[in-house]
Amino acid sequence: MLQTFFNLEIIEAAWPIILAGLGNTVLLSLVVVPLGLLGGLGLAMLASVRKPWVRWPLMAWVDFFRAFPPLVLLIFLYAGLPFAGLELGGFACVCVAFFLNTGAYYGEILRAGIDSVPAGQTEAARSTGVGRLQTMLYVVLPQAVRNVLPDLLSNTLEVVKLTSLGSVVAMPELLFQARQAQSLTYNPTPIVLAAVIYFLMLWPLVRLLSRLENRALAGRG
Amino acid sequence: MSNWDRFVETFFNAKVMAKYLPDIAYGMLVTVELAALVIVAGLASGLALALLRSLGFRPVNLLIVFVVDLFRALPPLVIIVFIYFGLPAVDVAPSGFVSTWLSLALVLTAFSEEIFWAGITSIAKGQWEAARSTGLSYGQTLMNVVLPQALRLTIPPLTNRTIAITKGTALGTVVAVSEILGMASSAMSNSYNPSPLTLGAGAYLILFLPMVILGRWLETKMAWKR
Repeated sequence: MLQTFFNLEIIEAAWPIILAGLGNTVLLSLVVVPLGLLGGLGLAMLASVRKPWVRWPLMAWVDFFRAFPPLVLLIFLYAGLPFAGLELGGFACVCVAFFLNTGAYYGEILRAGIDSVPAGQTEAARSTGVGRLQTMLYVVLPQAVRNVLPDLLSNTLEVVKLTSLGSVVAMPELLFQARQAQSLTYNPTPIVLAAVIYFLMLWPLVRLLSRLENRALAGRG
Repeated sequence: MSNWDRFVETFFNAKVMAKYLPDIAYGMLVTVELAALVIVAGLASGLALALLRSLGFRPVNLLIVFVVDLFRALPPLVIIVFIYFGLPAVDVAPSGFVSTWLSLALVLTAFSEEIFWAGITSIAKGQWEAARSTGLSYGQTLMNVVLPQALRLTIPPLTNRTIAITKGTALGTVVAVSEILGMASSAMSNSYNPSPLTLGAGAYLILFLPMVILGRWLETKMAWKR
């Protein structure tokens, strides 16, 4: 059993390949998390214009991309768009797909956060002569982010996990590299190794979230 | 042919769509079946684990917490790949359908246990004490007093989490499950036209958009004033 799933020789042989994959997963996360946050921030700030003709189309946009499995979006960009003469490459496809998908999730969370800040805060800031954008950036957003911090972290965890989809479009991230190593060595150890790395990397965040969430729900009972 | 015509011809080709409609419909059936099995298994075992945890055996609880953390931290695709490509090394060879089902069910178990548990712990201690002091047993208190209140709290987060995980059925295409995306992808390469993929995208929206809207509605309806 140990020979099959945790073969030390194979770990030694596969280590450089896996390490390169880990590096790419970290890099990819460092690109797509800010990208999604940026998209979400844009959506949430637009939605804070409390006009129905702004809010409804935004809500439809967000729901559309929340209903769409990210892998379907990714395949559409990667395999569908070339038929229209638009070839984006794996990395660009992942970026666009994450911008649309995780942007919608981040947007929904941030919108809820902005909604949770009492209107009096905006009114007070505006009445002292602070500009509309500055009120949003310096008064509303800091409080909004604090109010929805557990949700933001939880979504970030999901986004980092989701980078494993990159393997489907041949991005050399952790899972892809592990599969390469597996087919080279005819042994599932590299996949176990990748799983262990994912777990060790994300466990602290899971622990933290579990504490934050328990506290949030317990506070409402 | 204008650009628009070419666009329609490429992505909304009626002939290709008509030809592959039965395939996509079959894929939809598989997706629904897979999703239903994931939801039933995931929620049932999540609730069972949360109830087990409420009994308060320390070693058991530590194990539950570890398993829950494990399946919250691992990407679903990694679990699917491990089960489908890794387990055959010890002569256990589950099909793509079973691999996807098992992976997503485990992930949903982890997330739902966490939510159910948070719901149970959110019920004030006084409720337990009051119920027990009137002579209700532990089980009766749990079933008739605590759970009805706890479950109410858990419905909105549970709905959203369930939708997010159920969407993962599309991952089955990586291990050759003939669900919507798998059917659409192979139809696309057979017809050399992406219209089946458009059709598949539509199928996903038909299935999941109502669920997303339901989730949003539940969230507003059951929102608790802070």
